[in-house]
Amino acid sequence: MGRYIAKRLLSLIPVLFGVSVIVFFLVRLIPGSALQMYMGTQVEASPAQMEELKRIFGEDRPVPVLYLEWLGRLLQGDFGVSLRTGRPVLPDIASRLPLSLELTLMALFLALLIGIPQGIFASLGRRPFWDLANRVIGLLGLSLPQFWLAALMVLAFSGFRGWIPMGNFVSFAANPLRNIQMLLLPSLAIGIGLAAVIMRYTRNSMLEVLQMDYIRTARAKGLTRRVVILRHALKNAILPVITVAGFNTGYLLGGAIVIEEVFALPGMGRLALYAIYQRDYPVIQGIVLVIATLFVLVNLLTDLIYALVDPRIRLDSGGKH
Amino acid sequence: MPATRLAKNSIALAGLAIVALYLLAILVSLVWLPFDPVKIDAEHLLEAPSLASGHLFGTDEFGRDILSRIMKGSLVSLVISISATALGSVVGIFMGIWAGYLGGRWDHWIMRLADVLFSFPSLLLAIFVMAVLGERTYNVVFAIGIVYIPQFARISRGAILTIKPAEFVKAARSSGAGSAYILFRHLLPNILVPIIVQISLSLSVAILLESSLSFLGLGVQPPYPSWGNMLSSARKVMVIAPWTAVYPGLAIVFLVLGFNLLGDGLRDILDPRLKNVK
Repeated sequence: MGRYIAKRLLSLIPVLFGVSVIVFFLVRLIPGSALQMYMGTQVEASPAQMEELKRIFGEDRPVPVLYLEWLGRLLQGDFGVSLRTGRPVLPDIASRLPLSLELTLMALFLALLIGIPQGIFASLGRRPFWDLANRVIGLLGLSLPQFWLAALMVLAFSGFRGWIPMGNFVSFAANPLRNIQMLLLPSLAIGIGLAAVIMRYTRNSMLEVLQMDYIRTARAKGLTRRVVILRHALKNAILPVITVAGFNTGYLLGGAIVIEEVFALPGMGRLALYAIYQRDYPVIQGIVLVIATLFVLVNLLTDLIYALVDPRIRLDSGGKH
Repeated sequence: MPATRLAKNSIALAGLAIVALYLLAILVSLVWLPFDPVKIDAEHLLEAPSLASGHLFGTDEFGRDILSRIMKGSLVSLVISISATALGSVVGIFMGIWAGYLGGRWDHWIMRLADVLFSFPSLLLAIFVMAVLGERTYNVVFAIGIVYIPQFARISRGAILTIKPAEFVKAARSSGAGSAYILFRHLLPNILVPIIVQISLSLSVAILLESSLSFLGLGVQPPYPSWGNMLSSARKVMVIAPWTAVYPGLAIVFLVLGFNLLGDGLRDILDPRLKNVK
């Protein structure tokens, strides 16, 4: 297992390198240089000051050199300075990351909480009408735009502010109960699509497992239906579901960007949007890098969990084909 | 035959019917709309839906008819989704089948590129590309198309790998057929099933991505209506006029559901083996 983990960790290096290349060079495609954008907000500069600014913004050096300089600073934890506030980018991102992560984890938890029981339920009653109804419900769950759901939630609960507090955000450390209350609706809006995916996978996986001989044996030796379903069938059916949930966690993080905006939550997504509206490219680059890295790490973690539970994967040389 | 199986599959049929309804609405919108979707009408601000006034879905904060704006917006949503899916699928399939067919170094580098593109959550990648290219409608096509490239590349590569060892491929090669000929004449037609299903599901996600981008102000720009930017401006007034938020959202949900039903049903019809995959 140790060798497998090391191998998978090493395989991250080229991917993250590729990510950094894309993030760096895409931003270079923007018409108008960072210096011009910066100057747009500033007063006149003397020729000597212009020379100095050109050096700071790297307009006197070729692009590949700038990339290597940038990469070097990144590896030292220096993500550059915001063009608008003048503050270093990384601390600003770091202070907003916990909220986005909390949202993502709560959304994942809610998706599992809703999706798995619903999927088990859907696999049991196999009458044609219920089958159809469950399928349509699952597809409907996939079809709801998160931001619309979020807006409707804000609308529906605007009359009941006491139950679901909105407005000034309270961190988990300051008041755990109120914090969770506040994040309940946003994370539900983010997680409902994944709940539908999980429901569909759980159902299909359960249907496959329930046909197997060992289930018939368990029933035949007199175990109750409940025990067979929850202990014997679910245990084997849950594996692909966990994988799917893991690989989708990164998408929840993407969804958090939009939902934070709707619920006015001060997370990383809101920071990203303001940076985009204000063309603050160092901040955008930083956030995209952080989210992509998290996304890749979560996927790796999912692979590792899978390998831990199912030893056959490790023997398969770890190839993702 | 697929056609008769389509007729028997109620899921696919329902999806097809929904999509057809939207296509009909678009055709109608090209020649006729109940009201002008862009012109401001100060005398009918935020009117509730009613038959008497002719505003079936009500009016928005500028007095514009919401039904007319939804109809007008359906064209831009559908055109963007179809173009983006076309872009992503053509590029992705091309990458995938070459990687799968040639193998070796080509396969390695093409799939590493796909891995890198896969390292961004789709919405984040689309937002990032829009931030770089600027908020113009045709840029939305690029932003969403890029998201789809690695997906189609992986699916078509996987499909090619499963049929490459087949006898008919060896037969074609031993009778002197060139690589391009084998690829496009023999292999591509045989991997169309997973691709068709993926196209239908991609269309549904493209609608959601486009509306999310427009909702954030990064997609279709007002005053031209799109479902996403209608919902964005509805946020300011929805507490007093909920219909401004409800109907454009329903327009999104039903079209996306239509594509999802179609894709799910097509999967049953075209390939029973795929039935339990998702």
